[in-house]
Amino acid sequence: MKNPKIAAFSSLILWGTGQLYNGQVGKAIFFFVLQIGTLLIELLTGNYFLNEQFAFRNMGFFGKGIWGILTLGTQTSILTERGLSAGDNSVMLLIQGIIAVILLAIIVGVWYLNVKDAYVTAKEISESNIAISSRGWLKKTWENSFEYLIMIPSAFMLLMFVVMPMIFSFLVAFTNYNNNNMPPTNLLDWVGLSNFSRLFSLGNESGTFGGDIWLHTFLHVFLWTVLFAVLSTVIPFFLGLFQAVVLNNKRVKAKKVWRSVLILPWAMPAILSQLNFQQLLNGQFGPINRMLLNLGVIDSPIFWLSDPNNPWLPRMTIVLIGIWLGFPYFMALMSGVMTSISKDIYEAAEIDGANEKQQFWKITLPLVLSATAPLLIMNFASNFNNFGLIYFLTGGGPINPNFIHAGQTDILISWIFKLTLDQRMYDMAAVMSIIIFLVIGTISAWNFTRTKSFKEGA
Amino acid sequence: MRHSQSTIKDKTDISALNNKSQFKEVITHIALYTELIIMSVIVLFPILWIVGSSFNPGNSLASSRFIPQNPTLNHYINLIQNTNYLRWYWNTFKIAVITMVINVFLSTSLGYIFGRFNFKFKKTALLSVMILQIFPSFMAMTALYVLFLTFNLLDNHWALILLYSAGQIPFNTWLIKGYLSSVPKELDESAMLDGASKFQTFRYVVFPLMKPIISFVAVTNFMVPWMDFIFPRLIISTNSNFTLAIGLFDMINGNASNQYTSFAAGAVLVALPITCIYVFLQKYLIEGIMAGASKG
Repeated sequence: MKNPKIAAFSSLILWGTGQLYNGQVGKAIFFFVLQIGTLLIELLTGNYFLNEQFAFRNMGFFGKGIWGILTLGTQTSILTERGLSAGDNSVMLLIQGIIAVILLAIIVGVWYLNVKDAYVTAKEISESNIAISSRGWLKKTWENSFEYLIMIPSAFMLLMFVVMPMIFSFLVAFTNYNNNNMPPTNLLDWVGLSNFSRLFSLGNESGTFGGDIWLHTFLHVFLWTVLFAVLSTVIPFFLGLFQAVVLNNKRVKAKKVWRSVLILPWAMPAILSQLNFQQLLNGQFGPINRMLLNLGVIDSPIFWLSDPNNPWLPRMTIVLIGIWLGFPYFMALMSGVMTSISKDIYEAAEIDGANEKQQFWKITLPLVLSATAPLLIMNFASNFNNFGLIYFLTGGGPINPNFIHAGQTDILISWIFKLTLDQRMYDMAAVMSIIIFLVIGTISAWNFTRTKSFKEGA
Repeated sequence: MRHSQSTIKDKTDISALNNKSQFKEVITHIALYTELIIMSVIVLFPILWIVGSSFNPGNSLASSRFIPQNPTLNHYINLIQNTNYLRWYWNTFKIAVITMVINVFLSTSLGYIFGRFNFKFKKTALLSVMILQIFPSFMAMTALYVLFLTFNLLDNHWALILLYSAGQIPFNTWLIKGYLSSVPKELDESAMLDGASKFQTFRYVVFPLMKPIISFVAVTNFMVPWMDFIFPRLIISTNSNFTLAIGLFDMINGNASNQYTSFAAGAVLVALPITCIYVFLQKYLIEGIMAGASKG
C-alpha cells in the first residue's frame, strides 16, 4: 500500500522522491535532475559565495531576472579609479528577466506535474496493487501525451523567437527607452501610460516637437496606411478577377502562355521588382522619364516617387506598383477556382437557357468570391504591413516637415522602422506596434474565428 | 411543303443571326487579345528592362538601354570575380534549405496534432498561434538583437535560420491543419485500431497523404530567405556573410556609386531560378493557397 499524500508531499519538497517511493526509479531520476539542474543554474550563475553584503544584483539567472524586470536596474555605470564601472544594463535585464519568467513558468509547470504524478501513481498502485515500472510508464506516456510532447520543440522556438520579443516590445511601450535615455549609460524606468498619453497629446509636450505633433502625424500616417492597404488589396482583387475572366474565356488560345506571362510579377522575388521600379522611376536618371521626354509626352521630368510638392503623385505611383505586384496572385487564384468549377453546372445552365452573361454572374462569380473572400482579408492584413513596397520605393519620402520623423508616403510599419533604427525612439515605436497589433489582430482574429475549421475543428 | 418552307425561313434567320453574331465574335476576339497584349506589355516592360540592362556595356542607370547596342557579359563576370556574389548566393541557399527542412518537420507534426487530436487548451493554442503571426516579427527587432547578442549569434546564419523557422510555424501549421481536414479521418483511425501508435500512424499513413501540402510548405519556406531584407540587415554585418537581398540592395543604395547594371545582372541570376520554380509549380502553389483559405 502506498499513501498518495506522502508521495505527493515528498515530491513537493524534493522532486522525484515521491516517484522513488512509488518504485519508479527512472522517472524519479528525471524529476530530481530537473530540480537539481534548476537550483544549480541559479546558484552557479549568481555570485552567492562572494563575501559581500547580499544584493539582488548578485543573484543567479532566475532571481536576478525577476529583480531586473521589476526595477530595470538601480545603478548606472560610474567613473571610478579603475575606469568606468559596469552598471546595470536595463535592456539586458529586461530581456533576461522575461526569459527567466518564461522558464520559471515552465519549471513550475513541471513541478506541478511531478507532484500530481506522484499522487496519481501512488493512488493507482494502492488501488490495483500493481506497480508500473518507469519503462512501462514511459511507453504509456508517449502514447497518451504524444500531442503535448510533439509540441515541445515548436513551442520552445515560438517562445524564444516570437513570444519573448513580443513581450519585450510590449513592455518597452511602458518605459522611457529612447535616444535621450539609452542603456547602458542610462537606466530605464517604468513610466506607466505616459507614452500613450504623449501620443494622444494628453500630456504637455515640451521641447522641439510641441503640441499635438505625435497625434497629428499618427492620424495622417494611419489614414494613409488604411487607404493604401484598401487600395492595394481591392484593386488587385478586381483586376485579378477581370484578368482571370479574360484568360478563361473559351475564345483565348494558348492560355498557358498568357498565364505564364501575366503571373510573372507574382513569381519574381518582390524585393527585386520593387528595387527595379525604384530605379526605373528615378526622377533624374530614370529610363521611364527619359523615354517620355524623348517621345515628347512630357516637357520636364516627373518625380514619380519623390515629388515634394504633390504627395499624391508618389502615393499613387506606389499604389500602381502595388497593383502591378498584386493582381497576378488573385488572377492565378481565381482562374484556379474557375477551372475547378464542374462543367456539368454550366451544361445544366445552358440547357435551362442561361446565356454566357448569366452564367458568369450567377455561377462563376459567386463561387469565385466565396472561395477567395477569406484571402482578401488576409491580403489586407499583409498590405497593412507591406514594408517593402514603401521602403524600397520611396523610403517613406518625400519629407514632410509637419510630421515627426515620417514622410509623405510612410505607412505605420515603415514609420516604426524609422523610429526604431534611425531615431532610436523605441518607446514610441512600441506604442505604435501595440496599436497596429490591436487593429490587425482584431480583424484577423475575427476573420479566423468565423472559418469553418475553427468552429468545428477545435 | 410547309415544313420545308419553315426550314428555309429558319436558315435565312440563322445566317442573319450568324452574320451578326460572327461580327460580335470578331469584336470579342479583338477585345480579348488586345487586353491580353496590353497587360503583357505592362507586365513585361520592367522585367525586360532589367534583363536588357544586365547586358548593357555602361555602368549607370542613366545610360541603360532597353536593347543594348553592344551586349556584353561583363557585369556577370564582374559580379562573380569582383564581388562576393557567389558567396551570397551560397549563404542564401544554405539558409533556405535548412529553414525548409526544420520547418517541414515542425509544422507537419504540429499540423497533424491540431488536425487530428482533441486536447486541453486546443482552441486557446490555435487562436494564440494565429494571433502570434499577426504581430510583424520585425517590430521586435531590438529584443531579437539583444537576444542574439547574448547568445553570441550575431553575424551568424543560424540566427536567421532560427528566426525564419520560428516565424513560419504558425502559418504553416494552420495550412496543414486545414489540408488535413480534407483527408478522411477513417484512414488513420483504422490504422490505430490495427494497433499502430500515434507516431506510426503519422509516419506511415498521414504523412504520405499530406505530400501536396508539404511540398507547398517546403517551396514557400524555401523562398523566405531570398526575399527577406530586414533580418539580415539587422543581424549580418560582414559582407561575406550577406544574403542576396542585402547584397543586391547595397549595390544600388550603398555608399558606393550606383551600380544599376551589376544589380540587374545579380537580380537576373536570382530571379531566373525562382521565377521558373513558381511558373512551373503554379498549379500546386495555387492549390496550396486555396487549401489554406477555404478549408482553413
